[in-house]
Amino acid sequence: MNVVELHDVSVRYRKTRIRSLKEAVVRSLTSRNTPEWFYGLKNVSLSIHHGEAVGIIGPNGAGKSTLLRVAAGIISPSLGTIVSRGTVAPVMELGTGFDAELSGLENIFFNGALLGCPREYMNRRVDDIIAFSRLEQFIDQPLRTYSTGMIARLAFAVATSIDADTILLDEIMAVGDASFRTQCAARVDRYVHAGSTVIVVSHDLDSLEALCTRVIWIGGGEVRFDGDPAAAIAAYKASIAPPASKARASAPKASAAALAAERRRLRRSRHHPLRR
Amino acid sequence: MNLRRSSRTKCAVTNPAQAAATPRQVEERRVVGGVPLSLRRELRDLIRNRSLLRELVHRDLTVRYKRSALGFLWTMLHPLLLMLIFLGVFSHLFRFQTPHYETYFLSAYIAWNFFSQTLMNSMNGIAWNGPLMKRVRVPQSIFTIASTVSGLVNLGLSLAVLFGIMIFVGSPISPRLAFLPVSLVIVGIFTLGVSLALTTVSVFFGDVREMVQAGMPALMYLTPVIYPVTIVPDKFRWFIRFNPMTYIVEIVRDPVYYGILPSPATLSLSIIFAIGSLVIGWLIFRYGATRFYAHL
Repeated sequence: MNVVELHDVSVRYRKTRIRSLKEAVVRSLTSRNTPEWFYGLKNVSLSIHHGEAVGIIGPNGAGKSTLLRVAAGIISPSLGTIVSRGTVAPVMELGTGFDAELSGLENIFFNGALLGCPREYMNRRVDDIIAFSRLEQFIDQPLRTYSTGMIARLAFAVATSIDADTILLDEIMAVGDASFRTQCAARVDRYVHAGSTVIVVSHDLDSLEALCTRVIWIGGGEVRFDGDPAAAIAAYKASIAPPASKARASAPKASAAALAAERRRLRRSRHHPLRR
Repeated sequence: MNLRRSSRTKCAVTNPAQAAATPRQVEERRVVGGVPLSLRRELRDLIRNRSLLRELVHRDLTVRYKRSALGFLWTMLHPLLLMLIFLGVFSHLFRFQTPHYETYFLSAYIAWNFFSQTLMNSMNGIAWNGPLMKRVRVPQSIFTIASTVSGLVNLGLSLAVLFGIMIFVGSPISPRLAFLPVSLVIVGIFTLGVSLALTTVSVFFGDVREMVQAGMPALMYLTPVIYPVTIVPDKFRWFIRFNPMTYIVEIVRDPVYYGILPSPATLSLSIIFAIGSLVIGWLIFRYGATRFYAHL
């Protein structure tokens, strides 16, 4: 049985976005252009079978997260149809909806509610969550006193304490120290073995190859490869190899500048864990 | 097939024995691109996420005041202060010929304040909760509903303060005050509808929020909140009569200040406005909600 089916799904945005009522009025009077569309996803059709562990890879901005959000029902497609069966738990970015003023404990319940779990359910899970996140002494402190790593541990513990038929994970394994990452991998493994369907977006190609039964490579909003993990990762690596070797060949000064630019971009990015 | 029987909440733990006895039913969810939200699905999702509604209201009411020494009292301090200002200005400087002017003014002002605060909070809430709405699957109207519910809680607290004032100054309290809950439901529904509509529009057009913010005081002076209708010249009365806010404010003032039941005309008009606002609000929201993602 398919737990997630996408039929000719496209997600598109207008290239020139109207941001104010004033602009909308002016534009409707002055121009009659047909809108130009930017496609986040373009005619994607795929089905994910129950029990599969699917990895999604691709460069930044390729539409990986959009694909995950559409599959989770967080965003509606512009065109096409999505069918999902059973319960779906999206874990998009860790710490989604964490409130700096609430204590760790209050945040557990709030976050659980955001993921669809009532208080009674969270009451049964709360001890496990605290133990897994190793935050016993700090759980009644407001979240603003936590370090980034502590927040990440708490967020992961809450996110993975829930049960669902399909778990969607977006880039969450990249945080935390080595031992925490091992624990994360163990939890994801547990989901797979328990028979849940897991869909993971990650840039960590090696762990995806180890974890997944199927890998989908997304590029430019379209499916480039869908199938065997090793083959998908090899094809993806081959596609990104030329620019990488060129960068290595050029002067070290230039690559240092590129690195600095990337660092600046990350710091500005809304998805930075400290910018929530 | 190892799919858990889908029950009311996605986290319900099924008893294995029970699960084995009942046939496994898997909920199928179909989303078609370009189709607006269905009311049935939104209501079903809202009922499923009622614990989130409770958490959102709880957060609304506590977080903002958590770090201040006065705590929850802050919620009431602001309206109290405004009340004192208006009272000073209008019962002593302008001297309307209205007995117990403070009750006259406050009974309507509390309803007005609920309306304007809820509307602004819900428009701001969408901006604050925008990142959230991109990451979790919750019915999107839940944020506006949460703003309305926390507004109603604040409204209840303000009313408690008002009753205290009424007893203190010896303003008569009629048994017809028992009608007040009905009034509050009507006011709540009206406010929810307006909030749904304007919040949706403000997601697409950022300047709408500023327009509404600027328009609110103007609308308040066009509604008989601080002055009695009798001082309005006849040639402007038609406007007051066509202003939905007049009825929304009157329906609260009637049982509290006049100690009467609202007239059938006031009652039916306010119900019509409330239901009309909710229907229009929902129609705007259902078209907007599927396109929020690109604009948040």
